[in-house]
Amino acid sequence: MNLQVANGPLGTAAARLRGKDLLGIAELTPAEILLVLDTAEAMREIAARPIKKVPALRGKTVINLFFEPSTRTRTSFEVAEKRLSADTLNISAGTSSVVKGETLADTALNLEAMSPDLMVVRHTSSGACHFLSRICRAGIINAGDGMHEHPTQALLDAFTIREHKKRLGGLKIAIVGDLLHSRVLRSNVLLLTKLDADVWVSGPPTLIPPGIAQLGVRVTTSIDEAVEGADVVMMLRIQLERMQGGYFPSLREYFTVFGLTSQRVRRAKPDVIIMHPGPMNRGVEIASEVADGACSVILEQVANGVAVRMAVLYLLAGGGEHEAAA
Amino acid sequence: MPVLMDAERVARALMRIAHEVIERNRDLNELALVGIRTRGVPLATRLRANLREITGTDVPVGALDITLYRDDLMRHPVGPQPLVRRTEIPFSIDDRRILLVDDVLYTGRTVRAGLDALIDFGRPRAIQLVVLVDRGHRELPIKADYVGKNVPTSSTESVRVRLQEIDGHDLVLIEKEEEQK
Repeated sequence: MNLQVANGPLGTAAARLRGKDLLGIAELTPAEILLVLDTAEAMREIAARPIKKVPALRGKTVINLFFEPSTRTRTSFEVAEKRLSADTLNISAGTSSVVKGETLADTALNLEAMSPDLMVVRHTSSGACHFLSRICRAGIINAGDGMHEHPTQALLDAFTIREHKKRLGGLKIAIVGDLLHSRVLRSNVLLLTKLDADVWVSGPPTLIPPGIAQLGVRVTTSIDEAVEGADVVMMLRIQLERMQGGYFPSLREYFTVFGLTSQRVRRAKPDVIIMHPGPMNRGVEIASEVADGACSVILEQVANGVAVRMAVLYLLAGGGEHEAAA
Repeated sequence: MPVLMDAERVARALMRIAHEVIERNRDLNELALVGIRTRGVPLATRLRANLREITGTDVPVGALDITLYRDDLMRHPVGPQPLVRRTEIPFSIDDRRILLVDDVLYTGRTVRAGLDALIDFGRPRAIQLVVLVDRGHRELPIKADYVGKNVPTSSTESVRVRLQEIDGHDLVLIEKEEEQK
């Protein structure tokens, strides 16, 4: 067995995250992204211990404020917080005073009066986290805001890709599905282009936002062209709750034209990895045989999510530059 | 900058410590070395080589990062978080005698954190402490079992350990601390 004498396999560039919040990938530098990934590398080992807990965030309070349903992300954050010994509180819209008509600002300020250190926020409106970061002293972690960003998902996706491919730069990465409504897409495109990956996006013309090519990606309406020779294929969920607009004729037709089948996977590189942020619609965007197949890393993504969120919580819990000014 | 130990003295100290370890621990098969990152890890690896040279027995080596157990974590409202690196202990520590290895023993706070971290991995039969340099000024009731060199220092001085594996050469220096703190 060879122990690495120095740090993680790819080295670390930055020693800190700027600011108190993680609002989106747009605000991060490539060095900061690598810092999160390298820190997550260290955090992952904790899940393999008999006692899966370290005392790093003892005495810190983290509020998980979820205005939109979520299983994976909320549970993942909660597990990450508990493994770091933080005290956690969960508030979801359905059981809070939001149903009584309280505004987002009032809810946040009332919670803030109980002096939490960090708030993990998911909201249906794009920009909700930016808004909260301006009015709250606590650090805000964006756990998905509307159709804008979902930074920790992109970070865990990058972590998973890097683990398999040992790099991100130069990889052909195809992202296929509902490009219009997907915050996962936006965060992933921002992150992967910052780290010089060759990103292809594909979906029905009705679900391709105008101007997306300006983000530095190749756009095609042919999934086959996107998947051809790809190192990574990332499937996006067809958001059934947002499909009232008649974007395509039927789910069955969508699967025929854009679904990832094992025939299509054969166009990619032999060592391709298949990813999906979940929840999956089997038989809509992805065939069951692919989702459960040998190339699928979908459940690894979930496991890596905890490590990446531990890294983000740890790096932000110190307070950052914000308090330096105070 | 006065030199405390050169490469030869470091090598001799580690060989002597290996002999002391053998003297105190009859059954090497129940031993394991755990180095505290960063410089405890190459020291632990060298001790393993010495133990193998003397007895032919291979003792497993692990690496421990104590950052998440530091008692000064989150105490400074300003400034970057210390970098967390990977802990790798690829064997069970239950019922083993663990040799915890670090380069410099000073306040004892790093060792305290290391003990807490180790206990999270299981229940070793015993933990013994190996350090290359003991410079005094303990702030916690901690004592090393094996010491490469005892060095009386003043708290305005700092002891720098450089090792081949990380810094390209072996050298232990003592220097006056700049007006940083």
